[in-house]
Amino acid sequence: MDLNRLQQNLFAQARSVPPSDQVPYAFEKRVMASLRAAPPADAWLLWGRALWRGAAACVALSVLLSVWSVWPTNDSEPVTLESAVFAAAEEPGEAW
Amino acid sequence: MGQPESDAELIAAVLKGSTGCFEPLVQKYSPRLFATARRYARRESEVEDIVQEIWQKAYAHLGSFRGDAPFEHWLMRLAVHVCYDFLRKHQRNRETSFTELTEPESDWLDRHVAGSEGDPENAAAAKQLVDRLLAQLSPPARLVITLLELEERSIKEISQLTGWSITLVKVRAFRARAEMRKLLGRIAKDKYL
Repeated sequence: MDLNRLQQNLFAQARSVPPSDQVPYAFEKRVMASLRAAPPADAWLLWGRALWRGAAACVALSVLLSVWSVWPTNDSEPVTLESAVFAAAEEPGEAW
Repeated sequence: MGQPESDAELIAAVLKGSTGCFEPLVQKYSPRLFATARRYARRESEVEDIVQEIWQKAYAHLGSFRGDAPFEHWLMRLAVHVCYDFLRKHQRNRETSFTELTEPESDWLDRHVAGSEGDPENAAAAKQLVDRLLAQLSPPARLVITLLELEERSIKEISQLTGWSITLVKVRAFRARAEMRKLLGRIAKDKYL
């Protein structure tokens, strides 16, 4: 069976039955009532919500970073400030 | 000064605070929106919810309408976005398997196989079959097939309506047609083999 032809034929037939554009009775009245009943958009409220969301994300990130920083590493020798600073100077291959 | 009549005048009046001037726009464009929403939702209560949401969004974002294109185009873009959101929200509820063909659908296939195409009496059966097939597609596939094949819109128009790039529309259309052919192949196999 030629599936391409079948598909095109199906679409062609389906196009000949467009969906109804009938609008329910007094629909526009309902829409207008809902628009009038809706509270006006408060810019401060929207900003407040966005900032709270941002704050929550920042708190989550800082908690994750704190956990990661105190997590014990597998290094046998703890890296001290002194060893980190002198690490480059003690490289054996770095002789001038 | 008389009552505003054109879309631009009505919109300007609404933006100045005259909410009542929005009603003629609702009256004028609701039939078009209902026809669009009925392509994506089956239940009439869902269709009404979709159209109501489109009007609420249109009212809330009316200030972003620049007026360089007809209001209808702007509204249809909004409608397509709301319908697409509806499809994505109801993605889990979409049919995952094709139940048996109904008698009219089966008759339509038989007629197609026999070569008697274009029978207007059976168009409803074909439409029903297409609707059931579309219900199994992913939201992007369903949207692109509806716009491209049922509403006969061009790739460029679909790109403008959806906000997808032309390449993305082409890729999605190709995949959607293939997805649908696969489903049709399965149906034909079950029926004739």
